[in-house]
Amino acid sequence: MSARKSNMVWGLAALMMISGLLFSSTGHAAETYKIGGIFSVTGASSFLGDPEKKSLEMVIEDINAKGGIDGRKLEAVIYDTEDDPTKSVMHVNKLISKDQVVAIIGPSTTPTTLAIIPSIEKEKVPLISCAAGNAITNPIKPYVFKTAQSDILAAACVYGFMKKQNIQKVGILTVANAFGESGKEQLLKQAEKFGIQVVQSESFGDKDTDMTAQLTKLRKAEPQAIICWGTNPGPAVIAKNVKQLNLNIPLYQSHGVASPKFIELAGDAAEGIYLPTGKPLVANLLPDSDPQKKVLMEYIKSYDAKYKIPVSGFGGYAYDAMQILAKALVGTNGDKQKIRDNLEKITGHVGVSGTFNFSKDDHEGLSPDAFVMVQIKNKTWELAK
Amino acid sequence: MQEFLQYFFSGITNGAIYAVIAVGFSMLYNSTELINFAHGEFVMLGALGLVTFWSVFKLPLPIAFILTVICVSGAGLLFERFAIRTVSKPQPIVLVIITVGASIFLRGIAMSVWGKDAKGLPPFSDHSPLEIAKATLLPQSLWILGISFLAVFGLYLFYQKTLTGKAMQACAINRRAAWLTGIPYQKMISLAFLMSTGMGAVAGIIIAPITLCSYDMGTMLGLKGFCAAMLGGLGSLWGALLGGFLLGILEAMGTGFFYSGLKDAIAFILLLLILYIRPGGILGAKDAKRF
Repeated sequence: MSARKSNMVWGLAALMMISGLLFSSTGHAAETYKIGGIFSVTGASSFLGDPEKKSLEMVIEDINAKGGIDGRKLEAVIYDTEDDPTKSVMHVNKLISKDQVVAIIGPSTTPTTLAIIPSIEKEKVPLISCAAGNAITNPIKPYVFKTAQSDILAAACVYGFMKKQNIQKVGILTVANAFGESGKEQLLKQAEKFGIQVVQSESFGDKDTDMTAQLTKLRKAEPQAIICWGTNPGPAVIAKNVKQLNLNIPLYQSHGVASPKFIELAGDAAEGIYLPTGKPLVANLLPDSDPQKKVLMEYIKSYDAKYKIPVSGFGGYAYDAMQILAKALVGTNGDKQKIRDNLEKITGHVGVSGTFNFSKDDHEGLSPDAFVMVQIKNKTWELAK
Repeated sequence: MQEFLQYFFSGITNGAIYAVIAVGFSMLYNSTELINFAHGEFVMLGALGLVTFWSVFKLPLPIAFILTVICVSGAGLLFERFAIRTVSKPQPIVLVIITVGASIFLRGIAMSVWGKDAKGLPPFSDHSPLEIAKATLLPQSLWILGISFLAVFGLYLFYQKTLTGKAMQACAINRRAAWLTGIPYQKMISLAFLMSTGMGAVAGIIIAPITLCSYDMGTMLGLKGFCAAMLGGLGSLWGALLGGFLLGILEAMGTGFFYSGLKDAIAFILLLLILYIRPGGILGAKDAKRF
């Protein structure tokens, strides 16, 4: 009898230990929310991906310092896409199946984002992209959101400004990739609404060394302004070519080059160029009445303090994405469906890139006032009037 | 007319660069029957080398120019010595794949040395653009044209007038026979690598001021140079020159008179046509494997 009893005691003890192990292990797994991040940390778009990665890490550190979400800490799993769509798809599959993330932030560019959307939709993982292309959220895909201002808003901002300047005829020069094509589409589509006529449309390759031929062709069509739509380094070469050809036609660039790097690359040729930009770049120039000013100054201050390098403006996309995701994560217990539903309900979120109002029919959430027009003067930005 | 001239100027500027790159491809193929797919990366090294010597170390331009060429051709020599010569069974396909690997390696090295950002350089001279019949020609374009003609002409003299040059030609025509007459074959191959990568460096140096230099600029330039070399006839010096200019001018005219989106397509369709009609290239005769 006593032997049986002691067996039972042992058995109970063993059971308790096993169940204890089980509980503690499930308890442990539930402690952190894994957030996936994929950015172009290296490659041609590293000027986007590098600050985005840094901003994401900064926000996560900040949230963890404040105790996490629902008592759970966040953990970032970040991969480098090297700006390559194929690698992006590989990393996304790894994030979903191996790392088991609850949501993904990134990638940095439109081509890489478009490449991963099929995987995202198939696996039903919420994605907040940091790329600007309109094709990302139009048409609406249930699990895909984005924080970067789209080309629609940028084109509207440029045209709105041109209308005030009485410009009616423009020539456009776009880079031959998804960013440029998407920009071109918007520029052509919206022109009529602003009473503007696109007299000539040309394109250039993103590794081209000389664009004088395209500019010569544009000059022949006699536009009152030239709009160049691309990301570095092509637009800097174009800025130089415009000066070399003595074109004397105002040059407008896209938000794709809104970073100090562009001024550095184009040098003197950057003087006088107009471009739309998100507000981080000109935060200190904004009037105090701007609702974003407070958020912006806070972001810039903490970024400066942590990394000791100036803010580029692009990091804000990841900053906003993580802040929004943090709001959506509350009370979901990591359920991806619930996170997605919560994302659609976020309204009035004042972020670095603008005020976000997501809805069932709008996964971008921003309006044209997310952009301001600036002009490059004396190697720095000024609000254009 | 004004437009035509402007396209032409744009075309010869790019064309001269393609030509210098094509010459590098061509002369190496001539001596070793090897297509060096890392050639574009040596162009990139030339451009970034100039950035370092000229704009970071602030050396005078001629010295920076020469130092860059020496360093890059030194790298070419190391590449030959440690990656090509050590191959135990040097079949063409193995060697080609080694050069592809080397190009990825060099890109990685350049990325960690010079960083990911593009860099700009001022033109060689500060003159304002020239106006010819209302078309503008950049002073840098004249530099590019001048230096590339000088380089190709220098190479021509080397092959025609010097003993070493003739020895190299002999190796190209018949390796075994050259060896039997006492020409140090191995040294000639090393020299061919040295000169070919040096030409690459020259192309990188002259292009640096008109475009922006980054670690990944070499691939497309290398491909265009290869295209030009094929167009003119692989292994022919004047063919490479002709192919380069033809490619550059056609690209510019294609942009101007058709549509800029088709720029690269026009060049490559032309290449296909020429390969179809004259597989040896425009100036490449079937048996003449000499400059």
